[in-house]
Amino acid sequence: MSNATTPAHEELGHHYTTTGLDSRKIAIWAFIGSECMLFASLISTYLIYKGKSVVGPFPHSAWTDPSTGRVFAPILNIPITSASTFVLLMSSLAMVLALSAVENKGKPLPPDSGWFDKALTSSKLWLWITCLLGAGFLGFQAYEFTSFVHEGLTIRTNLFGSSFFTLTGFHGAHVTAGVIWLGTLLAIDYKRGLLPSDAINVDIAALYWHFVDVVWIAIFTLLYLIPD
Amino acid sequence: MAHESAHAEHYHPTWKEYKWVALILTLITVAEVWAYYIPELVASRVFVPGLLIMSAVKFVMVVMYYMHLKYDHKLFRALFAGPLVVAIITIMGLLFLFSKIAIRLSAGA
Repeated sequence: MSNATTPAHEELGHHYTTTGLDSRKIAIWAFIGSECMLFASLISTYLIYKGKSVVGPFPHSAWTDPSTGRVFAPILNIPITSASTFVLLMSSLAMVLALSAVENKGKPLPPDSGWFDKALTSSKLWLWITCLLGAGFLGFQAYEFTSFVHEGLTIRTNLFGSSFFTLTGFHGAHVTAGVIWLGTLLAIDYKRGLLPSDAINVDIAALYWHFVDVVWIAIFTLLYLIPD
Repeated sequence: MAHESAHAEHYHPTWKEYKWVALILTLITVAEVWAYYIPELVASRVFVPGLLIMSAVKFVMVVMYYMHLKYDHKLFRALFAGPLVVAIITIMGLLFLFSKIAIRLSAGA
C-alpha cells in the first residue's frame, strides 16, 4: 500500500540515495575498498618477510635442519593449490549464474530451449554449486594447513609460517563467511524463493564472493608462484 | 531522473560472455602454473613481470565482468579503484622502505 510519505521504490525494498544508487550497493563497494587495504597490509607483510626466515621449512627450496640432519622438502604444493584456485574461479562463474537466475526468474523461456537453458534459470542449483565449490576450496586449505603442520611448519616456526598462515588464514576466514552468507541465501530460496526483487541481496553477496576470488588471484601469484 | 540513469547502466552479461571469461581465466591460470614448472623460464627476467601481468589480467577480468564494474555506475568504480590504488601504493612503499625493491641511480646521479 502506498502512502504520501513513503516513496514507491522504498516500499519495494530499494534504498536509493540522492545519487540514484542503492545505498547497500554503495556500502558493499566501500567495504570491499577497505578490504583491499586490509589484504594489502597482509600481502605487504608477507612480501617484506619473504626470504628472511632463519630456519625452515621454506616455501620453494629444501632445507636441512643442522641439529637433526632432517631434510625438509619445499613446502608449497603447487598442484593442490592450482586445483583449489581453479575451484574458486569456477565458484565465481557459478555465482554470476546464480545472480542471473534470480534476476531473470519468471521470464518465459524460448520454446526451443534445452535442459541447460532450464538449468540456467535455477538459482538454487547455482547457489548450491557456489557453496559446494567454496566449501571445496576450504577443504583444500584445511588439507594444506594440516599437511604443513605435519611437515613441521606452524604459525610459530619461522617468519614464512607466521606471515603465510596469517594471510591465507584471513582469506580462508573470508571464504568461510562467504559460504555461510551463500547458505543463508539458499535457505531463503528454499523457504520462499528468491525473486527478481531480491536480486540486490544476491548481487551484494556476489560482489563479496568475487572479491574473495580476486584476492586469491593475487595471493596465488605472489605467494605460490613467485620464488624467493 | 537519477534513478533512471542508475538503472540504465544496470546491464549484466549473459552466460555466453561469462563462459568465455571463465575459459580465459582458466587458460591464464594454466599458463601461470605451466611457466612455474619450466626452470629456464623461472630463471629468466620475464618470469616475475609475466606472472604479475597475467595475474593483473585475471584480476581485472573478474572485477570488470563478474563484479560488473564495466557496466556499473562510475561511483562504484571510484569506490573500488581509489582504495585499490592506495593499497598498491602502500605495498610498493613498504617494499621500497624495506629494500625489497629499489631504484637504480646512474653513477653520475
